[in-house]
Amino acid sequence: MVPDDHFFRREAGRLLATLTRILGVHNLALAEDVVQDTLASAVEVWTYRGVPDHASAWLMTAAKNRALSLLRRERTARKFAPELGQLLDGEWTLKPVLEEQFLPPALKDDELRMMFSCCHPRLDEEVQVPLVLYLLCGFSVAEVASAFLVTQAAMEKRISRGKKLLAKSKRLFELTADDFAPRLSAVHRALYLLFSEGYHGAHPEEVVRVDLCHEAMRLVRLLVDHAPAATPATHALAALMYLDAARLPGRVDEAGDLTALFDQDRSRWDAALISEGLKLLETSGAGDELTEYHVEAGIAAIHAASGTAEQTRWGDIVALYDSLMRIHPSPVVALNRAIAIAQHQGPTRGLDALRAITEQDRLAGYPFYSAAIGELELRCLRPEVAREHFRIARALARNEAERRFLDRRIAACDRRSAS
Amino acid sequence: MSEFLYLYRLSADSLHALDSPNQMQERLKKWTAWFKELEAKNHIKNPGHPLASSGAVVKDKRGTVTDGPYAESKDIVGGYTLIEARDLAQATQLASGCPVLEVGGVVEVRPIRQM
Repeated sequence: MVPDDHFFRREAGRLLATLTRILGVHNLALAEDVVQDTLASAVEVWTYRGVPDHASAWLMTAAKNRALSLLRRERTARKFAPELGQLLDGEWTLKPVLEEQFLPPALKDDELRMMFSCCHPRLDEEVQVPLVLYLLCGFSVAEVASAFLVTQAAMEKRISRGKKLLAKSKRLFELTADDFAPRLSAVHRALYLLFSEGYHGAHPEEVVRVDLCHEAMRLVRLLVDHAPAATPATHALAALMYLDAARLPGRVDEAGDLTALFDQDRSRWDAALISEGLKLLETSGAGDELTEYHVEAGIAAIHAASGTAEQTRWGDIVALYDSLMRIHPSPVVALNRAIAIAQHQGPTRGLDALRAITEQDRLAGYPFYSAAIGELELRCLRPEVAREHFRIARALARNEAERRFLDRRIAACDRRSAS
Repeated sequence: MSEFLYLYRLSADSLHALDSPNQMQERLKKWTAWFKELEAKNHIKNPGHPLASSGAVVKDKRGTVTDGPYAESKDIVGGYTLIEARDLAQATQLASGCPVLEVGGVVEVRPIRQM
């Protein structure tokens, strides 16, 4: 039996985290080699002899044996994990220590440590997020590059900058460290960006995008399951991802075309994700902390609970966007707020809100800013004006699906002009 | 029914290519599907084994040894399978679906000589 679609990717991330802990973060490159070697041998053997029943355990054992012989062979020549220290030096303690390191609780902790390490404050977010994909999610440099629409060489540079910084640190991030809380915020941010890249990103291939969302959800789940990391903000972030992801099946129709929220077939939304998301959102209400994730999850929850676009409580959504503008203002938030105002109070008020956005220049390259103006102008029965804005948007569109979507809107303007 | 040996030959480069985990997954999927199809039609006598790329070549009785089986050749045998087929024509036809062909490799189909 072939394991599920992302088995190797997931296992690569887990193995690397654990081997990095055992061999020491300064030996990150060596740990990468061991992972590569372990997986490559497995795939060779399994090809001919079939996949064993406990494939994951099989890989762990194979990696453990490789680590064991590496440690025996090179422990005098190299320094390995400082935190395991002398336990690795003595033959008597070496094996039991390794056994323990490969048990599920240790494996999970190592994944978390790696996640927190990737979000080092001295790394930009544009390095942190790719690093998470590369080290924890088993993406190759080429795959990360394609997910972010940058060249492989550019991505190689970013990732190796991140790896260098990690390799220079003494050890992986300790989950008991004093700066756990601020680092957790950085992790939230990185996972949020990872999810958003998948959800709203420019990538033409839907498959890649959905993958990014799923990886972000898998990692946020690790936070939810680790008590010290399971803060209200973590639950809110998880809720936001689950509730937004629930709408993914409705976002693209059978022809692969983007569908606006208003026109989506809501019966295609994922009910299980919605109910899980609502549960997470409820848990996130413990304590008095209100993060941007709480607010965004609140907005997503209203959408999820609404049978149609018309039945949606737009007034509540506007109010939530108002608080989001206070906690975490950005031009994109302002844009979404303006759209909600248009739903609530009509297109003219929406257009006013769009024009009132400060830092409009930051939206200049974003096709959905012009598209939003076009949409509202069309609703104000000014199809010629609307068409101009849709044309601007189309020129900025980043992939075929977006272009086709805007072509349909331009055609709608034409129909309206003719009638 | 006759027996045939499939030898999967590929270049040293593609044998040592560093696949990403996703590519490994894809490769396993393709090979598994191919083997399954052969198995369903009772063509597999023995699935065989992959061969490690290390090893040695013994050159003569004095014990002259060179590194690796591929020191002097570009093609390496990456693995083998024992097949049952009606005749060579069928055996070659079955081999045409082998995933090794997608990475620039070849399948050498050799009849096993019977008494």
